Amino acid sequence: MTDQRSQAEIVRKSLKRRYRKERRFRLYGMLAIFIALASLVTLFADIISKGHTGFVKTTITLDVNLDSELMYLEDPTDADQRSMADFVAPIVAALQEQLPEVDGAGEKRELGRLLGTYAASEISDVLINNPELLDTTQTIEFLAHDRVSVYVKHAGNPRYSIKLSEQQQRWVDELLEKGVIDTSFNDVLFSRGDSREPANAGVLGAIVGSLLTMLVTLAISFPVGIAAAVYLEEFAPENKLTDFIEVNINNLAAVPSIIFGLLGLAVFIGLFGMPRSVPVVGGLVLALMTLPTIIISSRAAIKSVPPSIREAAEGVGASKMQVVLHHVIPLAMPGMLTGSIIGMAQALGETAPLLLIGMVAFIVDVPGGFFDSATVLPVQIYLWASSSEQGFVELASAAIMVLLTFMISMNALAIWLRKRLERRW
Amino acid sequence: MQTANLLPLVLVLAVVAYGLAYMRSRAVAAPLGGIRNLKALPFYYAARAALWCAIPALIVLATWAGFEGKIIQGIVIATLPPDTWPESPGQASLILSQISNVAAGKLNPEFVPEHIAGAASVLEAMESRSENFKATLVLLIAVLGGTFAWTRVAPHINARKNVETTLRRIFFVCAALAVLTTAGIVFSVFFETVRFFNRVPITEFLFGTSWSPQTALRADQVGSDGAFGVIPLFTGTLLISAIALLVAVPIGLLSAIYLSEYASKRMRSTIKPVLEMLAGIPTVVYGFFAALTVAPFIRDLAGLVGMEASSQSALAAGLVMGIMIVPFVSSLSDDVINAVPQTMRDGSLALGATQSETMKKVIFPAALPGIIGGILLAASRAIGETMIVVMAAGLAANLTANPLESVTTVTVQIATLLVGDQEFDSAKTLSAFALGMLLFIVTLLLNVVALKIVRKYREQYD
Repeated sequence: MTDQRSQAEIVRKSLKRRYRKERRFRLYGMLAIFIALASLVTLFADIISKGHTGFVKTTITLDVNLDSELMYLEDPTDADQRSMADFVAPIVAALQEQLPEVDGAGEKRELGRLLGTYAASEISDVLINNPELLDTTQTIEFLAHDRVSVYVKHAGNPRYSIKLSEQQQRWVDELLEKGVIDTSFNDVLFSRGDSREPANAGVLGAIVGSLLTMLVTLAISFPVGIAAAVYLEEFAPENKLTDFIEVNINNLAAVPSIIFGLLGLAVFIGLFGMPRSVPVVGGLVLALMTLPTIIISSRAAIKSVPPSIREAAEGVGASKMQVVLHHVIPLAMPGMLTGSIIGMAQALGETAPLLLIGMVAFIVDVPGGFFDSATVLPVQIYLWASSSEQGFVELASAAIMVLLTFMISMNALAIWLRKRLERRW
Repeated sequence: MQTANLLPLVLVLAVVAYGLAYMRSRAVAAPLGGIRNLKALPFYYAARAALWCAIPALIVLATWAGFEGKIIQGIVIATLPPDTWPESPGQASLILSQISNVAAGKLNPEFVPEHIAGAASVLEAMESRSENFKATLVLLIAVLGGTFAWTRVAPHINARKNVETTLRRIFFVCAALAVLTTAGIVFSVFFETVRFFNRVPITEFLFGTSWSPQTALRADQVGSDGAFGVIPLFTGTLLISAIALLVAVPIGLLSAIYLSEYASKRMRSTIKPVLEMLAGIPTVVYGFFAALTVAPFIRDLAGLVGMEASSQSALAAGLVMGIMIVPFVSSLSDDVINAVPQTMRDGSLALGATQSETMKKVIFPAALPGIIGGILLAASRAIGETMIVVMAAGLAANLTANPLESVTTVTVQIATLLVGDQEFDSAKTLSAFALGMLLFIVTLLLNVVALKIVRKYREQYD
């Protein structure tokens, strides 16, 4: 009797401690989830705070007098004359009109440095297309130099103004007040390829490169993945060979992606002599890389088709292949599509193997075909992120936002498809 | 004609073959009293014709396109005067790129030696001849195949069987591609590795403690032979992976436990996908975050407490990598925790244990093998991760265990050694393949062991 009571006593006494432990354990769990979610939020916040300025461009709008004497240009259609002409002079003159206090060659040179590197070629383009505009006054919008752009976007933050002299900062402030320097949506970002000059660089080339690469990947990995899954689920005899294939697929799914880059380098480029940096090779490598993912998810989709469907079809005299083609594959299609989209999203964000097959080249032109040199979005982000210029860091974050938008929409599509089409048996 | 144009053309031919065979099967069936007197439906006769048309032609096309470049290069080199034959593969690729630049019109023929200009015209002629020949051959095979199948449209032939057998074989080939890929990986890495070990002894590679792969361009340069000891790379990899696991395992495990045991259904279904987003974010984004935000933050923080941290510290890369593999650990642990039978849980709770005691004393020990398997898989992922370390970890091979210092990893070295132009036969380039081999073997072993543990554990409760 006493023994029992004392035991109950012990339990009751320990209860408080045990409940405390229980609460603490629960707290640890919540803390873990909180840390994970907080890192996600920090990551997004960091990228958005770094990259939102990448969507803004800084322009200088000026009434430029295209004075033939100032430019030493009489005939804009003459390439020889154009190569000798001074296209910067009229822009600087127009700037000087806005800032009358600027005087002397040195100050004028400083003033010219506010302009983007390609301002001169903007004038020359205008004149090539419309030679009759020589000696008239035109309102032209120039891209400001990256240094000006960074200064304007981070107004008031001394960390970002160090690249401009104090005089230049005063000029920029004055021009901002007059509305000559202005900011607007950065359409350059979506209409151009890479450039040495942050203000002139865009992600269009990388987006098109990614698209071409993904098309190759999809064209190979989707049909092959489904065929392999169908074979393994429906036709494969139970033997050593089938086991071997399965083990291989499972292991490939866990092989580090950079190894696929080595494969691409040694086989596609080394052995088959394919060119470097082209979407076809990139697509092939990524296709091999995503195949296991697609096969594994397609197999799960095929497995979820109930056997009654197969039996019913066989019962009315369909051959095994007819059962598969007419019933199993259509019914498993939503699951296969979902798996493939997720696999493609993975491939879209993959960088490491593409570094090895040379898709890191500096490519200005927007690729026009599967055999053109190209780069892809994640590699472009890598290239820009490795640059020390603030303008490129902004662009890299902006490109990350573009990439994440693509990936989130792909995943959302996959989720929508699954919700919409998936049948529960 | 180029491969890119030939491919759609063959497919068009296949569609034509399909249509013709379909019509013919109907025509054949009509006098017999309709298609039910055929052994197979018209679709199958048509599909067979399309397969006969496309498959042999595509096989020939793929083989040709795969090897034409190499064979033409060999022939072009052979046409060079014997005294200008390249002595090394590096020289050969130099000469070849000169020749192809001249042929493509990027380089003025007057600027290069006469034999190269000559070879360029040979190259051009060979290429155009090869293209013409390829186009003729492929189209001929396609037409012949289609015609053959077209003539074999007859009521007594069971085309369905043919088509189904062929499809089945195609499916098998697709599945076997996985084996081919593995073989491709092994052989592509293996041969270069063997070549590497011909120059650098395998013992020096495995047990050397210094890594500086810079080999000199000229033989007489100072410090001309690099050091290829993999130990500092390996410790660097292990250091970063260990930091990553120290972050990922507690967070992943605890959040999995909380979500599976405590959280309401609604909380679970909202938080789980959000956590999984962490796994979907491209690694280059993590790399960016690690290099531009976390690393400077850690450096400043260390500076505040009076320690010195490198701006490319192992800690930054490890922390961010840890966050990246959290969902990986949590979804694997979730699986194994859910695999523990409900009866064990109920038994423990019925004896009066609290939920956390049940978790710690009953479920966790039961799930331990599975969890260890999951951790091993996560480790293999951390070891093979490239972009975060390329962007946030350093290049210098320091042999250190201090997480605030900069270390380099196997993957970083592979990437940096192989990015850009490289000659295929320098020890520097080859060493990247040896590192790749090492990485492949290590991750493979980890995966095999992990999967074995996980499978054994599952069988235990099935």
